Amino acid sequence: MSLRVLPVGDDALLVEVASGAAAQALHAELVRRRAAGLLTVREIVPAARTVLLDGVPDPVRLTSELTAAEIPPAPPGAHEVIELPVRYDGPDLADVAAHWGVPAHEVARIHAETEFRVAFCGFAPGFGYLTGLPPRYDVPRRATPRTAVPAGSVALAGPYTGVYPRSSPGGWQLIGSTDVVLWDHARVPAALLSPGTRVRFVAAEPVGAG
Amino acid sequence: MTDRALSVVRAGALTTVQDQGRPGHAHLGVPRSGALDVPAAALVNRLVGNPPGAAVLETTVNGCALRPRSDVTVAVGGAPCPVTVNGRPVAWGAPVRVPSGAVLDVGSAVSGLRSYVGVSGGVAVEPVLGSRSTDLLSGLGPVPLADGTVLPLGPEPAPHARVDVAPQAAPPAELVLRVTLGPREDWFTAEAVRVFTTRAYRVSPASNRIGLRTEGPVLERALPGELASEGMVLGAVQVPPNGQPVVFLADHPTTGGYPVIGVVRTTDLPAAAQAVPGTPVRFVAVRRR
Repeated sequence: MSLRVLPVGDDALLVEVASGAAAQALHAELVRRRAAGLLTVREIVPAARTVLLDGVPDPVRLTSELTAAEIPPAPPGAHEVIELPVRYDGPDLADVAAHWGVPAHEVARIHAETEFRVAFCGFAPGFGYLTGLPPRYDVPRRATPRTAVPAGSVALAGPYTGVYPRSSPGGWQLIGSTDVVLWDHARVPAALLSPGTRVRFVAAEPVGAG
Repeated sequence: MTDRALSVVRAGALTTVQDQGRPGHAHLGVPRSGALDVPAAALVNRLVGNPPGAAVLETTVNGCALRPRSDVTVAVGGAPCPVTVNGRPVAWGAPVRVPSGAVLDVGSAVSGLRSYVGVSGGVAVEPVLGSRSTDLLSGLGPVPLADGTVLPLGPEPAPHARVDVAPQAAPPAELVLRVTLGPREDWFTAEAVRVFTTRAYRVSPASNRIGLRTEGPVLERALPGELASEGMVLGAVQVPPNGQPVVFLADHPTTGGYPVIGVVRTTDLPAAAQAVPGTPVRFVAVRRR
């Protein structure tokens, strides 16, 4: 895996790789090294093509360690699969179907047959950016964002699927909704989805019924 | 058993509970949060005998007024301001005994923006992910104070080394922010990097706990388009499409898609937290330590 290490301020490093899959593999390896006591760092923050390491005691040394490191592919079954029951009844289902070139009920079938993985979190506590759909199913954001997207909305934008942990403004295409609580700060862990978690959406009603 | 609590008589423009924040959860999209003027918050805790991690109140512009329900020691620091107890002037930047039922008034900042109120025992609202800080980006922690809010206090700390008055940095007339360039300075023209590190900016009134927004010469991009979202650090100087630099403060988002031209030294951020709108800002490039 080719990677590029960029210094960020005095005590952080941004490690850039070529693809989302490579970023997930790098993240998994860095988390493994920290758990094994081989890496001291305050934050490991994966994103689309990068992993940020913040609170690094010796960035120069870690840079050379990372540059020389062998990063294995992300272990496939390291995380349990979380199932999210979803009603595929979102207001943008027809628009997404048009982008995909399929009937609306096919959107539900294709989405529910895909195994997703949380690539990274951001935007709001507990909001995961889930990857798994093939690139031909990428969709644009809505031209006009909604001022309030309800909590539990299952939505698509670019290559990602996300579930809104709470009501917030948003420009993603809403294809369904779930009653599962994604974020509860009184729960341990607070976030249902964290980077690396595998996710399956389960149609709450038989696809095509009604 | 006395009722260890504070009643909020006057909440002020924006008063929040702050401690050292909740670092370590950025990978879940949780901002670090915490007091913006870290040394001021630490000092008021020390003056009242609290441990450094105790929660204090962070005011904005016009202070607040509080009525303790038991005898407490308080100290006000950060932005200098008049302080009174039942209308009588008392010391700023020093421990003050406030009897049960008296009104402590923390007045409008004479200079700077944010005053810090330390109270013996600390503000003891329920922690969220290990911190009592209000995070204005994601809504974690207690909501900002409102008139009539009652805040629980922790137990009175053991008697402590007596400090009469402690020196504090004056809020800046000119804000000089030392920056290390990168990680995305190559997204800007060489001229933009030169402009960024030599020309004068001003603090924008749109600044808040999320970011210090600045106004000044537009920074031209060498590369068009948007960066794929990447992790953001405290002090990152993000440049949105309008070309005006934003310095990320404690409630900053954990990831972002605008390029970061440089990162401000953490030790310069307390001054940024006290810079009023209109304050001249200079970004000075420094080498990485």
